[in-house]
Amino acid sequence: MNWVDAGRWVISSVFSHRFRSLLTALGMAVGIASVTLLTAIGEGVQHYVLDSFSQFGARIIAINPGLKETHGSGGLLSTVRPLTLRDAQALKQLAGVEKVVPVVQGSGTVEFNHRQRNGVILGVGPDMSEAWNFKVAQGRFFSGDLEDARPTAVLGYTMKKELFGETSPLGQYIRVGGQRFRVIGTIEEKGQMLGMDLDDTIYIPAQNGLQMFNRESLMEINVVFSANTSLQHLEKSIMQLMIDRHGREDVTLTTQNDMLESMDKILSILKLSVGALGSISLLVGAVGILAIMTTTVKERTAEVGLLRALGADKKTVLHLFLGEAIVLALMGGALGLLLLFMLTGVLHMALPGLPVTFNVFFLGLALFVSALIGLIAGVFPAGQAANLDPIKALHEE
Amino acid sequence: MIELKHLEKKFHIGDQVVHALDDVSLRIEQGEYIAVMGPSGSGKSTLMNILGLLDRANSGDYLLDGINASALGEAERTRLRSDKIGFVFQSYHLVPRLTARENVELPMMLSGIPVKQRKKAVDDVLDKLNLMDRAHHSPNQLSGGQRQRVAIGRAIVMKPSILLADEPTGNLDSKSGEEVTKLLESLNDEGITLMIVTHDPTLGARARRQLNMLDGRIV
Repeated sequence: MNWVDAGRWVISSVFSHRFRSLLTALGMAVGIASVTLLTAIGEGVQHYVLDSFSQFGARIIAINPGLKETHGSGGLLSTVRPLTLRDAQALKQLAGVEKVVPVVQGSGTVEFNHRQRNGVILGVGPDMSEAWNFKVAQGRFFSGDLEDARPTAVLGYTMKKELFGETSPLGQYIRVGGQRFRVIGTIEEKGQMLGMDLDDTIYIPAQNGLQMFNRESLMEINVVFSANTSLQHLEKSIMQLMIDRHGREDVTLTTQNDMLESMDKILSILKLSVGALGSISLLVGAVGILAIMTTTVKERTAEVGLLRALGADKKTVLHLFLGEAIVLALMGGALGLLLLFMLTGVLHMALPGLPVTFNVFFLGLALFVSALIGLIAGVFPAGQAANLDPIKALHEE
Repeated sequence: MIELKHLEKKFHIGDQVVHALDDVSLRIEQGEYIAVMGPSGSGKSTLMNILGLLDRANSGDYLLDGINASALGEAERTRLRSDKIGFVFQSYHLVPRLTARENVELPMMLSGIPVKQRKKAVDDVLDKLNLMDRAHHSPNQLSGGQRQRVAIGRAIVMKPSILLADEPTGNLDSKSGEEVTKLLESLNDEGITLMIVTHDPTLGARARRQLNMLDGRIV
C-alpha cells in the first residue's frame, strides 16, 4: 500500500465520524494549548527576569561581608570584619578592575519644601552611574574619591517627580534623614525589577550613607572588570586581597554569572513545573484518543478481517490504525494552537503586562509532541487490530 | 490447480479435541465448479479458510498452482492470497465509507498497484458487472444484489485463479440470488475456479462437482 492511499484511507476513516473525531481532537487541543501557553508564560517570565538582571551589565562581581554559609546580620558577636571604603579603595588598585561601587542601603524620609517622601536611600561611589548603567538625566553624578563625604545627592526618576514635579531640582537643597544635601543630578527612568521601584531612590555618597545609618560596614562592593580580564583569575586575586586585608576569608564573591545561573535555575524549575501541570491535560487528551481508538477497532473488527483477507498484512493494519490515532492527535494539536492564539489574544487584552514568549520552535514542537502522543496512544489499539485473527474478525458483525 | 494431501486440522475446545479436517486429500483442476456442502461443524468452513490461506492445517500439504503454501511464511501467504484468491462473503463485507468503485479498487490499493493501472482494471470490472452507473454510490445506496455484485467485482479485480464464495446468496432474495449465481457461473465459464460453500441443495446441485463433508471428512 503506498503512502498516498494509506493517507487517504486514514483521513476518510477519521472523517467518517466527524463529531466524534472533533471531540477527541478537542481533548488534545486543550492539552496542547495549556502546555504551550503555560510554557510560553514561564519562558516569558524567565526572559523578563533575566533581562532585568542583566541590565546592570554582565561583568560585575559582588563582594558581601560574611561567608556564604553564615546567614544573619553582622551582630555584636560577629567575627566578620567590616567591609570598608578602604577595602573598596584597595580593590580599585587591582589589575583588571575598572570600576568599584561601594553600596550601603537604608530608607528614610526625603524632604523638600514641606513635601516628604519615603524612599530607598543608597550610599554609593562615583562609579555607580557607569557601573550599573544608570544614566544621568540631568546635571551630573558624584565625582572625586569614593571616600569623599560631601552633602550632595542624585535623585531617582520617581523621587525627582514626586518632590519637584516638572521644575528643575538642580542646585536645590533637600533634607535626607534630617541632614541637608544639595541636589546635583537626576537619573533617567529605570522601571521596576522584581516588584522593586528602582526609581523611588535617592543616591548619596557612601561615606555619608555609612554615617547616616550608623554603620561600620558596607553592605556590598560591586567590582566591574575589564573585558579582557579572566573572571577566574580576578576572583582569585580579589579573594587574596581580602584575605590579606582581613586576615582570613570572610567575604563572599558573587559573579553576575552566579546570580543569573541561580536565578535561571529557579525559573527553569518554575517553568518545568508549570509545564508539567499543563501536561496533565495533555495526558487526558491522550487517554481520550486511546479510548476512541479502542472503540474504533472494536467497531471495525470485520473490516480488519476483510483487509487481511484482501491481502493486507499485520503491519499494514497496524500502520493504518496508528495513522488514524496520529491524525486525530495532529488535528488536536492544530486546534490547540488555534485555541492558543485566541487565548493569547484574550490574555493580552486582560493582562497587557504579562510577558508571553512564543517561538516557532515551540509551536513546531507542540505539533511534533501531539503526533508523538497520537503514536503512543495508538500503539495499543492498533496492535490489537493487527493481532486480530482474520477468520474470527470476518465473522464479527 | 489445487492439491490437498492428507490435511489434518484439530481444534481444542475446552479439553475436547475436535477434528475439523480429518485426512482430507483433494485435487481441483483449474476452471472447475465445485460446491462444498454439509451440516454445520462438518469442516467446510475450515476447508475454505485453509484454501483461502487464512488458516493453516496442523499437518499435510497444500499446493496452489504448484506452490507449496504450507511451507510459506506469513508475508508470502499474504501475497499469494491477494494474487490468487478472491473471496465472496455472505454479508458482502463492503467498506461503508467507500464508494462502490473504491470498494472494488481496495485489493489493488492494498497491493500497492499504481493508480493508472488500477483505473483501467476497475473500469473493466465495473463495466463487466454492469455497475458503471453505480460506481460513485456508497454501499448503503445499493440493493443487496448490487452490493454482492460490487463484492464480486472486488474479488475478481486482481484476476485470481480461484474464487471462494461462502453462502454468496444467503442474504439475497431468490431473484437477486439467481442473478448473483449466474454472474459467478459466467466467471467460471471464463476459466476461474469457482468453489461455493452452501447449505442450499439447489444451489449446490448446479455445480459440476459436489463435495459432501461430514465430521471433517469428504464423503
